[in-house]
Amino acid sequence: MHSDTDGLAAEPNDATAETSSGERAQDPCIVIRDLDAWYGDIHAIRQISLDIGYGEVIALIGPSGCGKTTLLRCLNRLNDEVEGARVAGSVRLEGQEVYARTVDPVALRARVGMVFQKPNPFPKSIYDNVAYGPRIHGLAADRAELDDIVHVSLERVGLLKEVRDRLDEPGTDLSGGQQQRLCIARTIAVDPEVILMDEPCSALDPIATARIEDLIDELAEDYVIVIVTHSMQQAARVSNRVAYLNQGELIEIGETNRIFTNPRHKLTEDYITGRIG
Amino acid sequence: MNRRPEQSAGRVERRRRIALHLGRRHRREWRFRIAGIAAVGAALLFLALILLNLFREGASAFTQSKLALPVVYESAMSAADTDYEALVLGALAELLNVEPDRAQRRELRRLLSIDAAFIVRERFAGQPEPGSRELVTVPASANVDMLVKGQIDRSMPASRRPLSDQQIAWVDTLVESGALKRQFNTALFSNGDSREPELAGIRSAVMGSFYMLLVTLTLAFPIGVATAVYLEEFAPRNRWADIVEISINNLAAVPSIVFGLLGLAVFIDWFGFPRSAPLVGGCVLALLTLPVVIISSRAAIRGVPGSIREASLGLGASRMQVVMDHVLPLALPGVLTGTIIGMSRALGETAPLLMIGMVAFIVDVPAGLGDPATALPVQIYLWSDSPERAFAERTSAAILVLLGFLLVMNLLAVLIRRSVEKKY
Repeated sequence: MHSDTDGLAAEPNDATAETSSGERAQDPCIVIRDLDAWYGDIHAIRQISLDIGYGEVIALIGPSGCGKTTLLRCLNRLNDEVEGARVAGSVRLEGQEVYARTVDPVALRARVGMVFQKPNPFPKSIYDNVAYGPRIHGLAADRAELDDIVHVSLERVGLLKEVRDRLDEPGTDLSGGQQQRLCIARTIAVDPEVILMDEPCSALDPIATARIEDLIDELAEDYVIVIVTHSMQQAARVSNRVAYLNQGELIEIGETNRIFTNPRHKLTEDYITGRIG
Repeated sequence: MNRRPEQSAGRVERRRRIALHLGRRHRREWRFRIAGIAAVGAALLFLALILLNLFREGASAFTQSKLALPVVYESAMSAADTDYEALVLGALAELLNVEPDRAQRRELRRLLSIDAAFIVRERFAGQPEPGSRELVTVPASANVDMLVKGQIDRSMPASRRPLSDQQIAWVDTLVESGALKRQFNTALFSNGDSREPELAGIRSAVMGSFYMLLVTLTLAFPIGVATAVYLEEFAPRNRWADIVEISINNLAAVPSIVFGLLGLAVFIDWFGFPRSAPLVGGCVLALLTLPVVIISSRAAIRGVPGSIREASLGLGASRMQVVMDHVLPLALPGVLTGTIIGMSRALGETAPLLMIGMVAFIVDVPAGLGDPATALPVQIYLWSDSPERAFAERTSAAILVLLGFLLVMNLLAVLIRRSVEKKY
């Protein structure tokens, strides 16, 4: 399969070559090498190698079913929970192999948080939504500390002033955009290093989307963010680098401006110009 | 622009066809709705017929003819060997103003329940002032009760009636004087079974059913829910899981009497549990209820959206935490509904109890799980088999009580579902 991707990033040696052109992360937080993933007989991801650096927002784009979400879910091993899912290859988080036998996926997911496509707050109070992660991981010694975590997390996503007086109301009563920000607050309450976002705005209206995009900009200071998106505009607005996937293969990766102005691969160009996807 | 007339001609034809078709569609929809209403109406009609019939038959069992008997307490009566029988008869004779001979004494005796003497004795246990007159209310015999309720045909020849002409005359006198009155039938709820209809009650059956359901609930609920959780959330999907699933579904369809045989063989013969005991009945009913609980719990667990599971997994919750913190609380309304429906099925179950000896004639109210007991549906079955007219109305009354319990349980299921239901 390598032969048909005369591409730039699919093979490690090419990827290394890219370093000189400034398109590879200098200081990688996540190093993905030769990653394959299957759902039963479906080969969802093929031989993907990719570095994700600190302080980076990387957007995964590509047509439906290209493996963006699968790749994302490989990073926090959420695919482990899917019946019949299989992964081969290597994902290293700060040098440590994520798929090593000794790694507990529960501990990994405390370091790699995730925000989903459809806002999915728990049918519990706003407070309990945010407090859930710190509670299960034993992050707060007492109630005061937990209160503090909840308030800081809600403040961080700009939700505190909107919900300060109704923390005990169900999180499911909030508007869609607020729910998604609540889900982000819930994720950062555990203080992960990486946040995975799976089309976080696809269920939201333009105003709520803009708020989330602003939030992603702010969060990028503290977290490595990997975002899957169907919106080229969103990728252009929030990301430093863009990776284009097609049929499970990483076709091209590069700085966002470069990808959108000067794609090197025919498939990338077709996609961003709207000819496929 | 000049093609427009041609287009609109085609459109007119299409509109006409749509309008034509629309009428047919409306009629079809109307017929469908009528059929639905008719189906619901038929179901309600049958339900109403059953209830009406039960009420007509059973309502009279909630009252019982009782006689207010003025009995004089004499000082000599403190001794245990006092003939209360004679005392009661004397009071009755005095009330009727007769000097009975031997034959009349026997006839008089049959107007009252055989329990009358015991009731008087109990009443005098407190030893009131000698010479004082106590008004003791004693139940009339079942035949008198039937006569008062109009269930005995007076025009029948005396030889074919359970009461003689003389007895009927006495009863009429007593009713006229106001001494014999229909009152609320407390015995029906406070007594166990009896050979005498006027003394027979459902207390022992209700308590038996209660203890049985207690055992059933403590066994079937935790085991059923744990099984459902394991099968849905933890078990690998493979051939073994399929076999378990098929087995459970089959178990739900096994005739209940087979569970009775199983209980007889396993719990009584092998484990050595006592016969006729609510403990064994509860175990058998738990086996019977398990498939219902498991199947409905699995459906409820499956109904919890995957997004909730992923959200908590994504936060780093373990499988166990996902289940305990999110899946089970959200599935709870469905789980409880299924459990209560299973329990109400268990409450109405008769056949398996026959196999484990719960069909015995039991007078005493069971005080625990190991005491001999019977169950409400079995009591109904037993009474329905009795020839006395008075038991027939008690059968209907017991059915009404059973239906009342079932109604309450099903109502509870609805209320629980309403109150715990959450949106997500």
